[in-house]
Amino acid sequence: MLNKFSKSTLWFLGSAFAVYLVLQILVSAGILSQFWNTIIRLGAVMAIVSIGLNLIYGFNGQFSLGQWGFYAIGAYAAADVTYRWDVNKSADGLVVLALATSLSGIAILWLHARLSKVRGLDPLSAFTLYLTSTILLSALAVQIGIAVTPVVTGALNLLPAAAAMQIVFILAVLFSAILAAEISYLFGLPILSLGSDYFGIATLGFTIIVKILLDNSDTLLGFVEMKGARGMVGIPKVTSLFWVFIFLVLVVALVRNLLRSSYGRAIISVREDEIAAKAMGIDIAEYKIMAFVIGSFLAGLAGGLYAHINGFLHPDTFNFIKSFDPMIIIVFGGLGSITGTVFASFAWALILEGVLRLWLPQGFETWRFVVYPLLLLVTMLLRPAGIFGNYEIPFLRQVLPKLRKNQPSEAEPVAEVRP
Amino acid sequence: MNTSPASSFLQKIIERRWLGKVFLLLVTLLAAWQLVSALQTNPLLFLQQIVNGLQLGFVYALIALGYTMVYGIVRLINFAHGDVFMIGAFVSFYSVTRFQAHLWPKALLPGLPDGVAIAIGAIIVIVISMISCALLAIIIERIAYKPLRNAPRISALITAIGVSFFLEYFAALQFVFTPNFITYKRPIEVVTWAISANGIVPLRGNAPPEGSILFSNIALIIILTSIALLLGLQFIVRQTRIGKAMRAVAYDKQTARLMGINADGIISTTFAIGAALAGAGGMLYAIAFSQIFFWMGILPGLKSFVAAVLGGIGSIPGAFVGALIMGQAEVLSAAYISTPLRDAIAFSILIIVLLVRPTGIFGEPEREKA
Repeated sequence: MLNKFSKSTLWFLGSAFAVYLVLQILVSAGILSQFWNTIIRLGAVMAIVSIGLNLIYGFNGQFSLGQWGFYAIGAYAAADVTYRWDVNKSADGLVVLALATSLSGIAILWLHARLSKVRGLDPLSAFTLYLTSTILLSALAVQIGIAVTPVVTGALNLLPAAAAMQIVFILAVLFSAILAAEISYLFGLPILSLGSDYFGIATLGFTIIVKILLDNSDTLLGFVEMKGARGMVGIPKVTSLFWVFIFLVLVVALVRNLLRSSYGRAIISVREDEIAAKAMGIDIAEYKIMAFVIGSFLAGLAGGLYAHINGFLHPDTFNFIKSFDPMIIIVFGGLGSITGTVFASFAWALILEGVLRLWLPQGFETWRFVVYPLLLLVTMLLRPAGIFGNYEIPFLRQVLPKLRKNQPSEAEPVAEVRP
Repeated sequence: MNTSPASSFLQKIIERRWLGKVFLLLVTLLAAWQLVSALQTNPLLFLQQIVNGLQLGFVYALIALGYTMVYGIVRLINFAHGDVFMIGAFVSFYSVTRFQAHLWPKALLPGLPDGVAIAIGAIIVIVISMISCALLAIIIERIAYKPLRNAPRISALITAIGVSFFLEYFAALQFVFTPNFITYKRPIEVVTWAISANGIVPLRGNAPPEGSILFSNIALIIILTSIALLLGLQFIVRQTRIGKAMRAVAYDKQTARLMGINADGIISTTFAIGAALAGAGGMLYAIAFSQIFFWMGILPGLKSFVAAVLGGIGSIPGAFVGALIMGQAEVLSAAYISTPLRDAIAFSILIIVLLVRPTGIFGEPEREKA
């Protein structure tokens, strides 16, 4: 069994497990306080968001500032589901979310399979089709969901309360990640045809729109428990160190495997040179939207995890100013380097939330955000390519497939790690 | 593909892009219907909103020009520009409260008539904030952006965000500008006129007469100052050697250098001119809304940037038109659709315009640039 994995994989999994074990023991023994425990979990969540953004920007070259909007969607959707389960003792949120995401997911896949064969379809028309079908199906899902809810609630109540909570939590996180991915598909479809800076601004607009909608979530959207601009309270705090580490390791492995596959090489080739990639027969639009959707899926996942750390959500957390944080992290850690991203995320959480908050003398807490941009400026001026540049630990390194002999013309588009 | 009537009809729909067009048409019709019904129910209120929108739009135009000029010349989204605008407002505040700059003409030349003295005083205040913003922008450009001229564009962008954070949070420190809202003391007294069919009546604390539009001297000053500055900018860019050099550098930096143009100097000048306009905008914004605080630059800055993108970034008339559209969109949607959603609507307009014209209203198609 073990020899199926390469040495670097074993190293990666082993060291991840060891780090988790040490941290868990330290937390259980009470050596690491709850404060540091929160910061470590925050760092891991940030790492997941930033890996998603690195996939979009670092590997695929799409300058997106919308990551924070999808993070917000994931956070609020997951929080709403668990809140309804924990406080209202009803699984209606879970059932409706699951039905709506899976029905519209099926519809999107079905339409995608058909529409991608149609020649000359403009993105806006496709967007109209997708939008109408998802809206109709979501309305249908609400109707079915209300009918099915008592059954699901009863079934979940048969389980022990703690286990049911964990199940609801994991399902909520997964389905809200899918929700974020579907919204990103709908939104990205027309937007991805724009030029890179214009795409950035449109996604920034998306983040701002999401934040404004969340500000008015109780009045305009009708989710009373989200309490609009007053902030949502009472979310069960179920994101443990264990879940955060499991998801982080899974996400790193998933992105690594994706990037090593032919899909990943296509995604990277779009970044390197769109025209050359097109000449190699790569469907640029397809791979752009693929990277965007997967990146947003990770943002939604991280959002769901984030919501259950503090048990409190406020729309100001999802302000567009903060949406630069993942961008700063990936540039800081090195564009196109997963190692750098994970490292920079933890550094960001530890320095900004932890060290500066604790160690700045009394009365100097407000200096935190004066020191932080200065650190950023100095790093950018000294190392414009980020701390890690393009370094990766062996597990994450790109491995190009061997060229088959006698068939040199069939070469895959050469994907270099950095130009 | 068989050629049954149904499938050929479908083919036609796809080729003519009807679905997308119908969707856009529906959205536009909805907005137009809202506006027309608003105009019918109360035309005066509607006109009043248009006037308010103009006032806001001209302030946005002053900020948007800085964004569009800097983007045109170095392809950098200068996120710190909104904070330069904030600094401009604070500088004018301190020059009024600490140094009484608006009273200098009266003190130096006691013989001046009151109106002229106030006007010159206001001009002195605005010039002080323009000059200090220009100096600040030159310093920022030299320290933060110039070393990164040849680095990847994203590094410069992150640096711009860093500078923006630094300016905001440094301004929020207790000994700088404090993190509180500060009431702005206007160097000019507000006079409001009621314009109606019976002529123009100045309001002196009395209620406006029935069926009139209110128009204050603040709106007049904002519109006139903005137009004067815009014409000045247009003159600089079109008629002077510096403007010619700017356009040359924006078109192709390397070739411009070969022609003996000091590209770095020209880029600094561009930053300075843009920041000077933002400084003037900061003062006008503070006069109009009479409240300043350290985060005031973020949203107006962002909206002006969106206005620049809307008009086609890199184009000066585009920034102007885009800013007017943004001002109207914000005021009208706050008045007729939903106040909390006004920013969301403004950004939705941006997204829709970008979908129809991917490089903005006046934007040129993107060139291949080495």
